[in-house]
Amino acid sequence: MLCALGPSGSGKSTLLRCINHLEPVDSGLVYLEGQLVGYRQIGGKLYELSEREICQKRAEIGIVFQQFNLFPHMTVLQNLIEAPMLVKGESRSAATQRALVLLERVGLANKADSYPRTLSGGQQQRVAIARALAMEPKVMLFDEPTSALDPELVGEVLGVMRDLAGSGMTMIVVTHEVGFAREVADIVVFIDKGMVVEKGPPQEVLDNPRQERTRDFLARVL
Amino acid sequence: MDVPLPVNSLTERQAGPGVVRRHRRRRWVEASLVALAAGWIAYQLVTNPGFQWPVVASYFTSGEILSGLLLTIELTVVTQAIGIAIGICLAMMQLSDSRITATAAAAYVWFFRGTPVLVQLIFWYNLAYLFPRVALGVPAGPTFFSMSTNSLISPFTAALLGLGLNEGAYMAEIVRGGILSVDAGQMEAGRALGMTSLQVMRRIVLPQAMRSIVPATGNQTIGMLKYTSLASVVSLQELLNSAETIYTRTFQTIPLLIVASLWYLVLTTVLSWGQYYVERYYARGSAHELPATPAAMLAATMRGARARLAAVLR
Repeated sequence: MLCALGPSGSGKSTLLRCINHLEPVDSGLVYLEGQLVGYRQIGGKLYELSEREICQKRAEIGIVFQQFNLFPHMTVLQNLIEAPMLVKGESRSAATQRALVLLERVGLANKADSYPRTLSGGQQQRVAIARALAMEPKVMLFDEPTSALDPELVGEVLGVMRDLAGSGMTMIVVTHEVGFAREVADIVVFIDKGMVVEKGPPQEVLDNPRQERTRDFLARVL
Repeated sequence: MDVPLPVNSLTERQAGPGVVRRHRRRRWVEASLVALAAGWIAYQLVTNPGFQWPVVASYFTSGEILSGLLLTIELTVVTQAIGIAIGICLAMMQLSDSRITATAAAAYVWFFRGTPVLVQLIFWYNLAYLFPRVALGVPAGPTFFSMSTNSLISPFTAALLGLGLNEGAYMAEIVRGGILSVDAGQMEAGRALGMTSLQVMRRIVLPQAMRSIVPATGNQTIGMLKYTSLASVVSLQELLNSAETIYTRTFQTIPLLIVASLWYLVLTTVLSWGQYYVERYYARGSAHELPATPAAMLAATMRGARARLAAVLR
């Protein structure tokens, strides 16, 4: 589990969006399990993949947004089964079965038939996590998952993420929750102006930062 | 210094001074003016022999009128369907990344919105002047299909083309507005789950866009219902033309125009009732309260009227 920290506008969200090719890459390569994301390398050139190939790749990468982005015209359950049925061609019963297990896991089994509108921010974000997990991704990206939440709701979302990290899921989390990063992250990366300024285990980067800019930032957010 | 709060102030409703509502003299003046106007209209409708109500009654369900009515309904349904299909395609084209596609769609909208629909209708009807024959085949190669334009363009097909293509331009703007009203995060979320952009459009964006598309489309359909009467200029025997045919024979102009108008009113009423139900379907999950069904509104009005009547009688 990797946590990315940094001032706003430093390119953390752009990094996540590049990883699942929601944004084209200007330079650099993104690999998932040894395979390039979004491109095919032939000789010295990168060729952008067809839409269908990109979609297949994206299906292996789950992402959770700051603004949840649940589908408001569908119930919680429909939110969870839509993509598995449409993209992976799963049967309704199989998708529903796994969706209910996931809802149980994020503590919202009783909300399956509710519309997102009626849920609190924390519950919506937990549904969003379950929706991403329903695609059985190989890696999960979190784009400031708790920034739009009321303070008392942050804990329930971080709890779900902590469980997920404990189960061995590969995760990249962009966050301002330094405490959470210190507790759960294996690696912390500090990003500023689109560049990695510092990288290492949380004890090093958060408690003993070597770079001036990291120290400045931590002094301001703590 | 602490001032003890009155403990019961929030839980107990205290008896305050009674309320006397402000006198509303202007309302009475307005109400009498309205009543006067309504009375005059009703008096004319009943006593003016020019309306010829027995003639209206005798033609209201006559065969000629009913077949015209059927044609009007057919034409409305088909042209509106064509309009919606074209509108969705054009809206997607206008929102596409390709500059050429977007410009082509914009040019279509520009042209068909910019010329009178009556002109377009007559133009299609006279297409044979430009292209005497219509054929399908390979240029400088074999022809698979060929027929004279005059036998292809009947009054009905001319009306379909004229009204449908024109309607497509208006629907394009309505659909485009609807799509733009959906949060960009929805598109992003769908694509992040691995859906293709077409899947996202069909399953995520369009169903949400429908919330703003449906009311405007209802409006367009009601407009189309009456625009079909323009097809009388290409001698299509729709509702208005049927009425005209009768009154040029019998000189009962006013009663037959009333027959046609009454049928248009009936159809408009049916359409606006239908719109309520479609709107309710697409409102699911939204923050807005569902619009009441016509039946529920009627019941509420009746309840209110009865309560007011009871208050007056008491």
